[in-house]
Amino acid sequence: MTTETFKLGYNDIHDDVVRSIVKTGPKYYIALATAGGVTLLCFFFPWSYQLYYGIGAAGMNHPGVWGTYLASFIFWIGLSHSGTLLSCVLHLTNSSWRKAMYRSAEAMTLFSLVVAATYVMVHVGRPWFIHWAVPYPNQMELWPNFRSPLLFDVMAIATYITGSTIFIYMGSIPDFAAVRDRTSGWRNTMYTLLSLGWRGTDKEWHRLHWAYTFLAVLIIPLAVSVHSIVSWDFAMSIVPSLHQTIFAPYFVVGAIYSGTAGIVTVMFVLRKTMGFEQYITKLHFDNLGKLLLVLSLIWTYINGVELFTAWYSGTSEEYEALGYKLFGYYAWLYWEMILFCAVAPMLMFSTRFRTSFVPMLILSIAINIGMYTERFLIVATSLSRQYLPDAWGTYVPSPVEISIMVGSFALFTTLFLIFVKIFPSVSMYEVKETMATPKMEPAAPAAGSPA
Amino acid sequence: MSLFSRFMDGWRKYRKPGYYDEFDYHWTMTIDLDKCTGCEACVTACQAENNIPVVGEDEMAKGREMQWIRIERYWEGEYPNAKLSFIPMMCQHCDAAPCETVCPVGATYHNQDGLNAQIYNRCIGTRACAVYCPYEVRYFNYYDHEWDSPLEQQLNPDVTVRGKGVMEKCTFCIQRIRQAKDVAKDDDRRRVQDGEMQPACVQTCPTKALVFGDRKEHESQVYKSMNDPRNYRVLDELNTDSSVFYLKKVDA
Repeated sequence: MTTETFKLGYNDIHDDVVRSIVKTGPKYYIALATAGGVTLLCFFFPWSYQLYYGIGAAGMNHPGVWGTYLASFIFWIGLSHSGTLLSCVLHLTNSSWRKAMYRSAEAMTLFSLVVAATYVMVHVGRPWFIHWAVPYPNQMELWPNFRSPLLFDVMAIATYITGSTIFIYMGSIPDFAAVRDRTSGWRNTMYTLLSLGWRGTDKEWHRLHWAYTFLAVLIIPLAVSVHSIVSWDFAMSIVPSLHQTIFAPYFVVGAIYSGTAGIVTVMFVLRKTMGFEQYITKLHFDNLGKLLLVLSLIWTYINGVELFTAWYSGTSEEYEALGYKLFGYYAWLYWEMILFCAVAPMLMFSTRFRTSFVPMLILSIAINIGMYTERFLIVATSLSRQYLPDAWGTYVPSPVEISIMVGSFALFTTLFLIFVKIFPSVSMYEVKETMATPKMEPAAPAAGSPA
Repeated sequence: MSLFSRFMDGWRKYRKPGYYDEFDYHWTMTIDLDKCTGCEACVTACQAENNIPVVGEDEMAKGREMQWIRIERYWEGEYPNAKLSFIPMMCQHCDAAPCETVCPVGATYHNQDGLNAQIYNRCIGTRACAVYCPYEVRYFNYYDHEWDSPLEQQLNPDVTVRGKGVMEKCTFCIQRIRQAKDVAKDDDRRRVQDGEMQPACVQTCPTKALVFGDRKEHESQVYKSMNDPRNYRVLDELNTDSSVFYLKKVDA
């Protein structure tokens, strides 16, 4: 990014970002109350009902023992992927355009993971015993089953949550310090604690950069492995149309795809509501659009491979599953997915499309609807047509499941709304690095400015 | 004892070759489809023996039936020339069971009798085993089932009543196997004799299509019947190495 993009000084950035934290208008409170209320009403209330009544409150049945809960779980894990992963990759490749957006992208990662982990609790029949899936020493010497892909999953996600939390927190320390120096009262106390005594010395900057790059390198393989492992939950089964080696790359690409689309959506909203028009620009949308386009092409290719493998297997059960996917009960969802995730993104070949905000917003939402459908289809169509025709059946989500799905978006929004008031949602020090160093500034702020 | 030597002890004990396929008993069932009339007496007997709940019409319509053994019906041809065939289907107690590897908490495992055992109070309800099972014989408790009075008084005291959120399936009437083994042990520590115990479905079958016994006993009825030239195993190509053998129906 060229320095001319910003007609701003260091202090303007501080003012803008600190204002976004300290000054809270009625609009924010209305949004928070709405999101919180919807979370309670649509997520926690139906969930308590389900806990009391049993999984029967959801629409699962005999062949379709997995349903939208698992689809939503994959969806949220997928959405989590682009945040930290994209941020890491762009950090390592020195892409300066990342700097204005990565903080919110990483927050998206974290909260998607929180929602996904909650979904595991919603999904299992007896969530009050969920800790049994974690290997902890106990006097009965009972351990989880280390052969189970579900156990790999628990560990991968736990590692990923820990890694992403450290990554976002460490990257925020200088900004916490900058906010600390500009606030008073309880906020000052909070940011004093959060900034861990950051003074902005050369040594501290050096160590931060070193540790940050180290973590970035560490998180990239982690992010790839997490979704590969999620895919093994399916691919390691012998269910026709799930038992495919392409699943790991398929899930990883799908995850980054939907995650990148999610970032476009969130950036649009941040730009409009938080007044970050000068920080999040057409350039960001253009670059993200190119990335989305490439991912869409890879995704389409893998979908083709999936169909081909099913056909090439030559087995009757794979043929049945393939025909059911393309023309069966859920076929309209399949073609909707193809339209939203493979056909519509072709629009992004046009630079004009990539640099217009509203069309990109609409497309990004469409992609995520398509990707949610993809996850639903992976679960629903495959389970509907397995080996024994007597056990074929269809699964339709119940109102409780749909309500919890709506509620999960509200839960995500609530967490995000709380985040923007605590974390500086644009990385101040990294944005400053892209600007010309001010020459005549009298006594620039000691802490929080780049070394 | 140090942690390391404890670990090594366990390693030597469980890593000895054959631990996973040499069983004390190797319970096996054969189903002669030539003799099976599809009367579903086995289904009813199983329901009564194993405290399987009656889910009712609405739940049945949602596809949440509970039948550890079911009669699968397959129609061939169109109406005037329609032909019906059926096959009883229950947990095949695979020796290479897909369901056992996937359970994160090890609630389903292979025991020393070659049985695929399910531990109800360890189950956390991920339902992954039901997805992984190619025979679709695992049934999930979608809620706490109730028995209308006085039906709750006929529940079998030897079998757990399963609560909501737990997976269940055919056990080959493990409570009867345990009892027979206990009796045999008390009685001069001998092995369980052939025909000494039968699961409820085998006991009930009016045409004696179902035969149950220990495959390791080469004189047993089940050993003879599983070596019948008509024998086959359902979905054998998946290499599940199941313990239920079917004897093909020979069309006249």
